[in-house]
Amino acid sequence: MGEALAGFWDTYQSTVGYVGLNALLALSVYTSLSCGQLALGSSGFAALGAYAAALLTVQAHWPFPLVLLVALILPAAVAVPLGLPALRLHGVFLAIATIAFGEVVRIGLVNWDYVHGAQGIVAIPQEASVWMIWLALLLALLLLSRLRGSRWGFALEAVREDEPAARTLGIATTRYKLAMLVAGAALAGLAGALEAHFTFMVAPSGFTFGRVVEMLVFAVVGGTQRAWGPVLGAAFLTVLPEALREVAPRVGLEPGPLRLMVNGLVLLAVILFLPAGLASLPQRLRERRAAGRGA
Amino acid sequence: MSALRLEAVERTFGGVRAVDGASFAVGPGEVHGLIGPNGAGKTSVLNLVSGLLAPTAGRILLEGRPVHGLPPHRVAALGVARTFQNIRLFPELSARDNVVVGQHLRRRGASLAARLLALPSSRAEERAAREAAGALLGRVGLSERADEEARHLSYGEQRRVEIARALASDPRLLLLDEPTAGMNPGEVGAVATLIRGAAEGGRSVLLVEHNVRLVMEVCDRITVLDFGKVIAEGAPAEVARDPAVVAAYLGATP
Repeated sequence: MGEALAGFWDTYQSTVGYVGLNALLALSVYTSLSCGQLALGSSGFAALGAYAAALLTVQAHWPFPLVLLVALILPAAVAVPLGLPALRLHGVFLAIATIAFGEVVRIGLVNWDYVHGAQGIVAIPQEASVWMIWLALLLALLLLSRLRGSRWGFALEAVREDEPAARTLGIATTRYKLAMLVAGAALAGLAGALEAHFTFMVAPSGFTFGRVVEMLVFAVVGGTQRAWGPVLGAAFLTVLPEALREVAPRVGLEPGPLRLMVNGLVLLAVILFLPAGLASLPQRLRERRAAGRGA
Repeated sequence: MSALRLEAVERTFGGVRAVDGASFAVGPGEVHGLIGPNGAGKTSVLNLVSGLLAPTAGRILLEGRPVHGLPPHRVAALGVARTFQNIRLFPELSARDNVVVGQHLRRRGASLAARLLALPSSRAEERAAREAAGALLGRVGLSERADEEARHLSYGEQRRVEIARALASDPRLLLLDEPTAGMNPGEVGAVATLIRGAAEGGRSVLLVEHNVRLVMEVCDRITVLDFGKVIAEGAPAEVARDPAVVAAYLGATP
């Protein structure tokens, strides 16, 4: 039994790590979504955190906790001058502006010889472990879910539901939107740094537009009503490909394309049948059962 | 000193002068009616006072302090709260939580750090906020509906929640934009009592309303707008006799 468990852990510990990393990244998009803002700069913030951390470890040999602290603070500091003008935009325009930021970071890294351009930085010491990733995730989740029900949490919900009305109640909406963008940037930077030290490498190809769309899909599939929704979505969509790896040969498909197909189908199904995400499933079932009894 | 004073306030939208050099004042503790035909610029005046619009000319003074051009959250912090003609509650929040959001400015003591650390002080503060919100809902007659999501409430109930949400900040000046639109006569009577009650203790009320009987009943003074200009001002009985007002409402030629 113990041996089987150890075998299972050897096979799947990297998956467990990726679940945690993807969940952190999903939360980095969720922070802005929680006050109604579609900000998609997370791949750029994650790249900043990952590269800063990798350089500090490889070139400067800084202790890892200090490296993580920089990976948390640097993207957060960049988010302030980015957010002040960008958060004047709404909806799809904010999304476009923040996507552009991510692309600027990625293309900048591709063309920066000091960090080996498209090849990226390799042979980063493996300082991050699964427990560190999950500790970071649990702390982030705890802090974000504690906001709910507080003066802050209510202000965020008010901004999400009706921004002009929120302003007439004395809520400085820009300040809240900026704070959540900064918090998301810090989470993305932390996730980037942990990932760099978990997979031994960073490269610009890890921080594409596709990557931030993936984070958004995690959040939407899991649900953005509560902080644990994006975590659930990230876990579901990270574990699913592992299961598909077994299925793919039997249906005569490569695992890669099958994964994309299934992801697309899951997203479609959630948007059509469960618009508040997987996290709302228990409540939906309860409501249906109650309705069944009432009929 | 006037609670609110407008001095030659003007607001244009393209070529349209929605508010055209309007001047009037609301005294402390006064319920002041703002009436006029459709399109007279009444809602624009409320949007200008609450900071959602900036005037293109003129001054707006709150207890002597210029507020024109300030963003809405700064105006709110100076003691102005409002309701909207096209109800703007937070639809997914319960009636109680809508009122709790309205307390935002008063809950300065609620520290974020205390909340994140789950200190008992923050829990006590939140319980007090919910209880105060419940008490306000009781005042507008909605105790039983406190935990219902705002979007599930009837039109009249939503209007009353919006009034409770506006009162939650304990404003010096309350702006009401057609608070009885869509209400049945019984509900209108309750709102009349509510408006008089809100003006107790020195609070001023600026009321935009189409229900003339209600305006005559609750207002101390009335300003009449037509095409963005003030055409009459005075006590309800005086205004009702004013030939310019009759002409504006009935389209009679003088």
